[in-house]
Amino acid sequence: MPSLKDLKNRIQSVKNTRKITKAMQMVAAAKLRRAQDSAEAARPYAERMNAVVGGLAASFGGSDNAPRLLAGTGQDKVHLLVVMTSERGLCGGFNSSIARLARQHAQKLLAQGKTVKIITVGKKGREQLKRDLSSHFIAHVDLGDVKRIGYVDAQKIARDVLARFDAGEFDVATLFFNRFQSVIAQIPTAQQIIPAHFEAGEPSTTLYDYEPSEEAVLADLLPRGVTTQIFTALLENGASEQGARMSAMDNATRNAGDMIDKLTIVYNRSRQASITKELIEIISGAEAL
Amino acid sequence: MAETMQFDLVSPERRLASFKVAEVQLPGAEGDMTVMPDHAPVITTLRPGVVRMTGPEGTQRYAVTGGFAEITGTSVSVLAERAMLAEPGNREAIEKHLEEAREQARTAAGEHKDMAEVLVADLAQLLHDMV
Repeated sequence: MPSLKDLKNRIQSVKNTRKITKAMQMVAAAKLRRAQDSAEAARPYAERMNAVVGGLAASFGGSDNAPRLLAGTGQDKVHLLVVMTSERGLCGGFNSSIARLARQHAQKLLAQGKTVKIITVGKKGREQLKRDLSSHFIAHVDLGDVKRIGYVDAQKIARDVLARFDAGEFDVATLFFNRFQSVIAQIPTAQQIIPAHFEAGEPSTTLYDYEPSEEAVLADLLPRGVTTQIFTALLENGASEQGARMSAMDNATRNAGDMIDKLTIVYNRSRQASITKELIEIISGAEAL
Repeated sequence: MAETMQFDLVSPERRLASFKVAEVQLPGAEGDMTVMPDHAPVITTLRPGVVRMTGPEGTQRYAVTGGFAEITGTSVSVLAERAMLAEPGNREAIEKHLEEAREQARTAAGEHKDMAEVLVADLAQLLHDMV
């Protein structure tokens, strides 16, 4: 039976924890709003880009002179996985769910006898995948110093990925990130970026002239399209991270509240018991006189 | 004939400008071009340079760092990776961009080097134009 003083200390410490988780929840809520705003602001560019590249890609689909970035290397041996996770923890199952999906994917590929290479973005995913897949790591992108994800960050990753593709280091590249659905639901997603894959929008009814030429425009736009996809994924991931942290901290705050209630009841009971005990002692002492 | 058309300038991070214009000058990959309402539909890549819009509210100039433009008869959309309003307040940003381009021209090799050198020349010209 813990003493009254111990119980009191315990309650105080849980209260302090609750204050911290509450504060983190509110910070995450503010950051989430900002992340959603930037995802919203980035949408017009991404949509237009996807529509134009998608239209162009569709008209080239299957033809022999399609750029390598679109057609692929014609092989399926070496896979590059770009795994995007957060730089900080305390965000529930956010990182584990991406890591799990990436691990499953990697193991499936390895079982098929393919070569797997991994680029990690964000330190938490790297830590989780290190145990069994560290021999496949080829690069790591640290976003720890980045306060607000910008297009330059996506460009940095894209440049690295595209350079490796040009050097023939891999055949297929897949992005792993969490797609933001709502504060409580983030969907771990695998998206193939090379060979470039664009969701086919409505076929455009306008017949465009292309300058300099259709091939040249497509060749120029494909790397930008890939960069845009990476940028969109980074933004989605950023919003998901804050959403996950917000609901995780909300849970923690609520658990701390429950715990305080329980401890308070125990505290009051033992206080009452000790008072009763003292009274009995006084009364029986008085009777003995 | 329509007198104005919708003009949008979008960067990956946000929409920078959206208004009605009468005329747009673009630094097309095949040379500068002027687009007026009812222009034939064109998709063209842009080289780094200056986009200049003339509309009811006057003229505005943006330094863009490449991208592409989608032109229909009623609208012009410019998708630029980076765009800076060409005004004295942005002079520093553009100069910094020029520095970056110079750096790239020094370190890059082969095809990229040529591209970076063209960019340096264009940006220097842009800064010169601004004065």
